[in-house]
Amino acid sequence: MSQSFETVIGLEVHAELSTKSKIFCGCSTQFGAPPNTHTCPICLGHPGTLPVLNQQAVEFAMKAALALNCEIADVSKFDRKNYFYPDLPKAYQISQYDQPIGENGWIEIEVEGEKKRIGITRVHLEEDAGKLNHSDWGDGSLVDYNRVGVPLIEIVSEPDMRSPEEGRAYLEKLKQIIQYTGVSDVKMEEGSLRCDANISLRPVGTEAFGTKTEMKNLNSFRNVERALKYEEERQTQVLSEGGTVVQQTMRWLEDEGRTKVMRSKEEAHDYRYFPEPDLVQLQIDEAWKQRVKESLPELPDSRRKRYIKEFGLSEYDASLLTASKKMADFYDRTVSSGAEPKAAANWISSELLGYLNSQGKELEETQITPESIAKMTQLIEKGTISSKIGKKVFKELVEKGGDPAKIVEEKGWVQISDEGKLKEIVAEVVDANPQSVADYQNGKDRALGFLVGQVMKATKGKANPKMVNQLLLEKIGG
Amino acid sequence: MSLLKQPIRELHKRLKNRDLTASDLVDASLERIRETDSQIRAFLKVDEDGARERAKKLEGQSDGNPLAALPLGVKDNINTEGVLTTAGSKILESYSPLYNATVMEKLEKAGANMVGKMNMDEFGMGSSNENSGYFTTRNPWDLNRVPGGSSGGSAAAVATGQISIALGSDTGGSIRQPAAFCGVVGLKPTYGRVSRFGLIAFASSLDQIGPITRNVEDAAYTLQTIAGHDPLDSTSADVEVPDYLSALTGDIKGLKVAVPRELMGEGIDLGVKEQVEKALKQLEQLGAVVEEVSLPHIDYAVATYYLLAPAEASSNLARYDGVRYGLRVDGENLVDMFSRTRSTGFGNEVKRRIMLGTYALSSGYYDAYYLKAQKVRTLIRRDFEEIFNQYDVVVGPTAPTTAFKFGDKTDDPLTMYLNDICTIPVSLAGLPAISVPCGLSEGLPVGLQIIGRPFDEAGVLKVAHAYEQHGERLPEPTLGGEAR
Amino acid sequence: MAISKEQVEHVARLARLQLTEEEAQVYTSQLNDILKFAEKLNELDTEGVEPTSHVLPMANVLREDENRPSLDRDKALANAPEQAEGMFQVPDVFEE
Repeated sequence: MSQSFETVIGLEVHAELSTKSKIFCGCSTQFGAPPNTHTCPICLGHPGTLPVLNQQAVEFAMKAALALNCEIADVSKFDRKNYFYPDLPKAYQISQYDQPIGENGWIEIEVEGEKKRIGITRVHLEEDAGKLNHSDWGDGSLVDYNRVGVPLIEIVSEPDMRSPEEGRAYLEKLKQIIQYTGVSDVKMEEGSLRCDANISLRPVGTEAFGTKTEMKNLNSFRNVERALKYEEERQTQVLSEGGTVVQQTMRWLEDEGRTKVMRSKEEAHDYRYFPEPDLVQLQIDEAWKQRVKESLPELPDSRRKRYIKEFGLSEYDASLLTASKKMADFYDRTVSSGAEPKAAANWISSELLGYLNSQGKELEETQITPESIAKMTQLIEKGTISSKIGKKVFKELVEKGGDPAKIVEEKGWVQISDEGKLKEIVAEVVDANPQSVADYQNGKDRALGFLVGQVMKATKGKANPKMVNQLLLEKIGG
Repeated sequence: MSLLKQPIRELHKRLKNRDLTASDLVDASLERIRETDSQIRAFLKVDEDGARERAKKLEGQSDGNPLAALPLGVKDNINTEGVLTTAGSKILESYSPLYNATVMEKLEKAGANMVGKMNMDEFGMGSSNENSGYFTTRNPWDLNRVPGGSSGGSAAAVATGQISIALGSDTGGSIRQPAAFCGVVGLKPTYGRVSRFGLIAFASSLDQIGPITRNVEDAAYTLQTIAGHDPLDSTSADVEVPDYLSALTGDIKGLKVAVPRELMGEGIDLGVKEQVEKALKQLEQLGAVVEEVSLPHIDYAVATYYLLAPAEASSNLARYDGVRYGLRVDGENLVDMFSRTRSTGFGNEVKRRIMLGTYALSSGYYDAYYLKAQKVRTLIRRDFEEIFNQYDVVVGPTAPTTAFKFGDKTDDPLTMYLNDICTIPVSLAGLPAISVPCGLSEGLPVGLQIIGRPFDEAGVLKVAHAYEQHGERLPEPTLGGEAR
Repeated sequence: MAISKEQVEHVARLARLQLTEEEAQVYTSQLNDILKFAEKLNELDTEGVEPTSHVLPMANVLREDENRPSLDRDKALANAPEQAEGMFQVPDVFEE
């Protein structure tokens, strides 16, 4: 990267809303159905059909906009965006032009320890288009209209990002927040989250934006970053050689790791937006806004801060636990079921996440519940089992489920805390390992650990480690 | 006289008395069509088998809705499930709707028996029927003359007695003007009164479906059946539908009638003016107070309309691209296929309006044309609002002329557009209006237009009915003149 | 504001209409007549006048998020000029 240019990035992100029915008709929005089985005259754009707006879609859009700190419009309306393409049955998309549902929001991102606020210009509601497929045998293309009319929100950022890394961080944060709100399942691989990027360069220290290019088809976080890096380098080279960047729309070719020009500015669409006469306006009063606001869950930033402040978790653990709403909810329930917050955080962030990662499983594919983790940590706290035994209990809970107390009892894993019995074993171990005792007494602290280990081995791990430590120290002098 | 020239009330009574059957009515309709339609050419499609079958099912079931078993003609831009619906366009020549328009659902439930689909100017764009993609319907009063448009087929068929009632649609006068030209009654309801679901869109903010009938009472019966809120149409108003029949009291004493001087001056044929003046005198004799008023922005209505309606149309007609239904003409690539399909499928007037509308919405011209016209639309609405603060109805001619001859106005689109001068302002304001025959001028029918407050179809029908009872009765059309 | 033949051709392209040379000329002349007529509107001062896009003072017409039956695929495709593999067939959109 040349030092004389600054990169300016803005993202346009589309998220499909998880309504049951489409935005303007009753067809299902379910992903993956056989082609053209979720269509009706309305979403196929048959003559004479009319749209009727799905209330849930409106409220989901409001919810997302609120989560992104947007102001919600008092009056919002729909407009037609006119262009011809086979995936667009009416040859216009019902969208929002100048009165979107939400405006002037922001989110906070963090890159390499630096926090930064990225502005959100607008959040608007619109309908999705169909899907074009290559024909397996012929020379044409084939259109599947199942996706037509699935409600979408478009989230347009301010050109506030200054590096591909920031671009990626923004998109990840956006996905996290939307996923928390529950209004979209934000799966990039299924296309329910999509990203287009605008990128331009300008000489460092200048205000005016350079000529931008737009990149489409960035279908993973990795590709967003790759494509932005590619285009950043390309533009740098063009400018360094004294050339000018041409305003154009490009498609990212993932397999080839390069962009391809789709159309230049001269071929740019003239969308001829005008107010949709088939729909009436939305009037959103304070009561409605309030009602939707109250339905918002606690968002990731707020939760992370709460975990750090109230529970004393590390920044790292707090981030891990709040990465997804599912895990954060699981953690909250574990704590509210009586687990000590730090202990619960440790178990979940290291043991549970570790297990899920290594097994490639989702939380709901395991048998473990927040209540069972809470009970297990309580057993440890009370000294009924050791942490070491706790790991064995945890494995049982993840794989088979059940009540920790019963598991411990059935398996005979109850910790030995009988002082008399432990003293006997300690004495045996000390007698059997004179060299280690001598080492310890000569200042080799490590030798104590070995002796503790021997006691644990003799008790099959069931000895109360705290007591063993104490008794050993008493015996061999501390 | 054709059986179907009898009023609905009479036919319904006879059906109830078993003095007449549903099949008798269909037979009469089909017979009359056979006799006259080679000259009139009102039908794009006659659904003979369907109509006979329905008649059989309807036998003895005519006690309920007065429209039961009555032969109905439906303008071809209203979707009829399984019956080809073309909107008068070649681009939809093969289009078989997958669903019924809401008005068709309501009429079927009422038992009305659809005999066929009526010719029209392509997508409703025209005032003479000369823009039909198929053939031109003729005026039963003079076969050399146009029946008006765009619901020309509907109006001509009712005037000829081929059917009892017809549905038309009105965007800038397409129900009222052909009704006037053919000497029948045509009612355009308030925008939002009748569901547009299933009406093939021309200009969405203006389109309304309404009845074309032989008398005012028949229009009231039909409106009663088709009016009302429809959850499938977001712009259909949730406003109570009153009993229209009970509004037809004949009593208009003290009613305040406004006559806009702009609709009685320059540009209106003398013969038309004379008949309208006679009608106004008649209203006065019935006790109405008739006063001259001014609608200062009415002169701007035609220009406003011819920017707004084409703009909406350019978008509404974009879906005819050869992909999902209708005509496809193959091309070298995708864009070429789109362009060939649309250039082949659309007629000249439709193309002209699509281009005009595309231009009015395009980058750099939106404010000067489209937005400006929307603002003037506001001024025109306000003109009417002010008048309705003081008057109950506004009355004037339906059209500036009587039916003109074929080819008279086809060379210059603008001349044709100006024929809509009396009906367009009402459409822009979304008001209800009826055209009722008010005598002949040089042997051709003249229409009296009665305009009401929003959702006051009852008031409009009441005045029209009172006039009809006492005004000039028309003779039967002759089907004369030399057919072209 | 007169419309040139080039603009007419541009508009036709936007609207996916093909014009012959002769048609382009005729439409240019006709559209100019109509637009000239429309200039009449400039006589009116519309400063501060709200545009009318709906005559009805309605708002918040919404439906519940409920599923309604979709069409059988055969029916959805019944009017298609060309179809294959349960989909609507069009000229190749992916061609370079």
